[in-house]
Amino acid sequence: MSAAVQSGRPAGGTGPSAGAGTGGPGISGLRLAVRRFSRNRLAVIGLAVVVLFFLFCFAGPLVWSTDQTHTALTHANLGPSGAHWLGTDAVGHDELGRLMYGGKVSLVVGLAAGVLATVIGTLWGAAAGYAGGWIDAVMMRVVDAGIAIPALFILLVISAIATPGVWGLILILGLVSWLVPSRLVRAETLTLKNRDYVHTLRAIGGTHTRAIGRHILPNSVSTVVVAATFQVADAILLVAYVSYLGLGLQPPKTDWGGMLSAGLSATYSGRWWLIVPPGLAVILVVCAFNAIGDGLRDAFDVRGRG
Amino acid sequence: MTATDTTAAATAGTEPVLRLEDLGVTFSSETGDVPAVRGVSLHVRPGETLALVGESGSGKSTVALASIGLLPDNARASGRALLGSTDLVTDVVTASERDLAALRGRAVSMVFQEPATALDPLTRIGAQIAEVVRNHRQIPAKEAGVLAVDLLRRVGIPDPERRARAFPFELSGGQRQRVVIAMAIANDPELLIADEPTTALDVTVQAEILDLLRRLAVESGTGVLLVTHNMGVVADFADRVAVMLQGRIVETGPVEDVLLRPEHEYTRRLLAAVPRLAVAGSPAVPGASDAAARPGAGSGEEAGQASGQASGQESGEGSGAVAAEVPRPRYGTRARSANPARDSGTDGERVVDLRDVSVVYGRRTGAVRALDGVSLHVRPGETVGLVGESGSGKSTAARVALGLIRPTAGTVTLFGSDLRRTRARARRSLRAGIGVVLQDPVASLDARMTVQECVAEPLRVHRRGMSAKDRQEHVAELLERVRLPRAYAQRAPRELSGGQRQRVSLARALALAPRLLVADEPTSALDVSVQEAVLEVISELQEELGFACLFVSHDLAVVQHFAERVVVMRAGRIEEQGGTMDTLLHPGTDYTRRLLAAVPVPDPVRQRQRRTARQAAAAGTGPAAGTAAGTGATA
Repeated sequence: MSAAVQSGRPAGGTGPSAGAGTGGPGISGLRLAVRRFSRNRLAVIGLAVVVLFFLFCFAGPLVWSTDQTHTALTHANLGPSGAHWLGTDAVGHDELGRLMYGGKVSLVVGLAAGVLATVIGTLWGAAAGYAGGWIDAVMMRVVDAGIAIPALFILLVISAIATPGVWGLILILGLVSWLVPSRLVRAETLTLKNRDYVHTLRAIGGTHTRAIGRHILPNSVSTVVVAATFQVADAILLVAYVSYLGLGLQPPKTDWGGMLSAGLSATYSGRWWLIVPPGLAVILVVCAFNAIGDGLRDAFDVRGRG
Repeated sequence: MTATDTTAAATAGTEPVLRLEDLGVTFSSETGDVPAVRGVSLHVRPGETLALVGESGSGKSTVALASIGLLPDNARASGRALLGSTDLVTDVVTASERDLAALRGRAVSMVFQEPATALDPLTRIGAQIAEVVRNHRQIPAKEAGVLAVDLLRRVGIPDPERRARAFPFELSGGQRQRVVIAMAIANDPELLIADEPTTALDVTVQAEILDLLRRLAVESGTGVLLVTHNMGVVADFADRVAVMLQGRIVETGPVEDVLLRPEHEYTRRLLAAVPRLAVAGSPAVPGASDAAARPGAGSGEEAGQASGQASGQESGEGSGAVAAEVPRPRYGTRARSANPARDSGTDGERVVDLRDVSVVYGRRTGAVRALDGVSLHVRPGETVGLVGESGSGKSTAARVALGLIRPTAGTVTLFGSDLRRTRARARRSLRAGIGVVLQDPVASLDARMTVQECVAEPLRVHRRGMSAKDRQEHVAELLERVRLPRAYAQRAPRELSGGQRQRVSLARALALAPRLLVADEPTSALDVSVQEAVLEVISELQEELGFACLFVSHDLAVVQHFAERVVVMRAGRIEEQGGTMDTLLHPGTDYTRRLLAAVPVPDPVRQRQRRTARQAAAAGTGPAAGTAAGTGATA
């Protein structure tokens, strides 16, 4: 018996370090993921851009305080100057301040809607994949049907019926964009539910809730996080769409899409400062989130979006 | 070591086809540089087979890949790897990719482990072989096609003209491996590198493939570099052996020397850990030095502490004739004597009882019968081995017993309750009495949990009221039971080796003090020395705790040492069942006999006799292969 313990030891010593690169003792999976992420230069730039935009929108007003509620028609349509770096819009709001103000809404709505969509999609997909059989078939046909209807169409219909506030916008956007993550998570669940540890749990009488909650969801977290990042990018873009079409938030509230829409009339009068900054902001943030998603995908070694 | 090397060289006479000189390979990984091979020197002569053996991570496959210049991009090689005998010698280490491409398939070729992925699924096999031929020879396609058919005939594919037009999925695993071999020998290479060529195959198929490789090597004078972890395969096939440990060769020599009179401490340990198949008529237990077969006495009181019922009938029952042949029970101290009386006796209590169980997948014409009228049971405290080749339904049967697969017909009774008649809640609490250890050490533990959480899971399911502190203490005790340090509770499964992970699985299985342990190939993914340690732990705990065990394995030698009763399965049916010693020494059916005869034993002399006997039996000269092999094995 002592011989057995002895002979077990050399394998114990070589085993983990021989395991091809997935981290020997000392290097945690998280640190490895961070290292992989930081190797993707675009992703790092993306992360920096997102962080800068958050600082700009949330901390910026502390430095550059402006009045975004009252109109000041005496100051309307001014070009960039020392007092107004990015000029003013048609009702006299400072454009730089408005960029921060609108950015807050865009980022918060985008982030919240993206997270909401991911949460719904994850639960739906995990339930469908785990249940299998006809339940899975029905649940996934619902998703197929949802994907067949363009999200923008639904948004326009809803916006035509009711004028949403920030919370309403989050809810609506979340409810139209959970379909793709649900497919991804279902695919993941199909493989995870056949892992030996799930079989073992079921064999000793563990509940399905436990199997999903303790094993399947935690193990699909990398897929979920990657999906969430892309969802946020999509949601920010969707907010911009909806607001651009004039169906989003009502003035004086605004977001980047709304600013673009308001600036549209100024296209031919050469007031570029009403269009370029919000447009650029949307493009930059959406690209940045996508780049982060790519980086996370590298870091977690997850396959692409659905 | 070098001395034996040169003598072997002298006998072979000709120039080697492969010569490695001080070969080193280092992998650069994200966590730093990992040296995989260090200062390896060896050679292979024409017509000679050199087996490179070692446990996982020893670098044996890396040596093989370096010899053909197929190392992955993150590897750096040093030293020399000289390929080719007379006219043209190429150093693989420094050669350009272009030169290597010209060499591969012509001067050297490779047979990989997994025949399923080695062939293009969308190309007919004849065309695939012809393509290999035309890569190196400027001949018309038609001629290459004829050559392909010839090659298929040479590797023993029946009706090669028709088979050449088959797609890989139409062939069995063994036939696919034959096709892979046909591709490898298509251009008469001087050197054939075979990396675990039979590991993915069943024993009977393995025996055929080894016969084929041996015949080809002899016929064409090809040198073979055989990479394997299976000492039986080495004994069957190799002329010389090089044993690798942590990237170095620790011992080389002729196969008889290394396997029968190993010099290095590691080789000895490795060989001692190999479970040996005992065959009828063999005078003593193979590996006689440690064959101190203990009598059944003494086991009674030990086992008695845990469970009274199992041990009582144990002693005295084994008939004299059988007892002489009983191999030493390797694992644990209890003499696992075959006990026919217990088998056929009164019904008694049964831990699990499968009656006439069938499992059918699909419907009508597409239906597959995974199980067909299977009846088996396990009594308290006993170990039942479930053996068979892949596709025999042994795992399915185990999963039915676990309640993971619902049988199409038949009844499953667990601890006296019919699983179909019990309500979900009652069924769940019944299952608290089962412990499970499955095959894959990686997939068995959730990578996102710590060892503590993994082992505590059954407690969380069935002992909801347990306080966190008690749970922690219980887990620590369990870890000690399976001989792991308590501190391992805080580790991630990823930080453990395969053997340690399987012990964690075992600790989890024992968390609720089960009455039945279902172990589905618990050690098949492990190295032999680790396998031995794990089996020993299971066996000792079984003595201590008295649980019954349903042990699924494809490895007859392991089952022979581990189980008291054995159930042999084939194609979803039970071929035969009975006491281990009865069934595996004097098999009642032809199938079991063939299965036993195909197992290569790690003794080159005896293996040669067994092989001759098996081939004779296959040719129809001897009716009973098992007996023939047995009587031959008097050496």
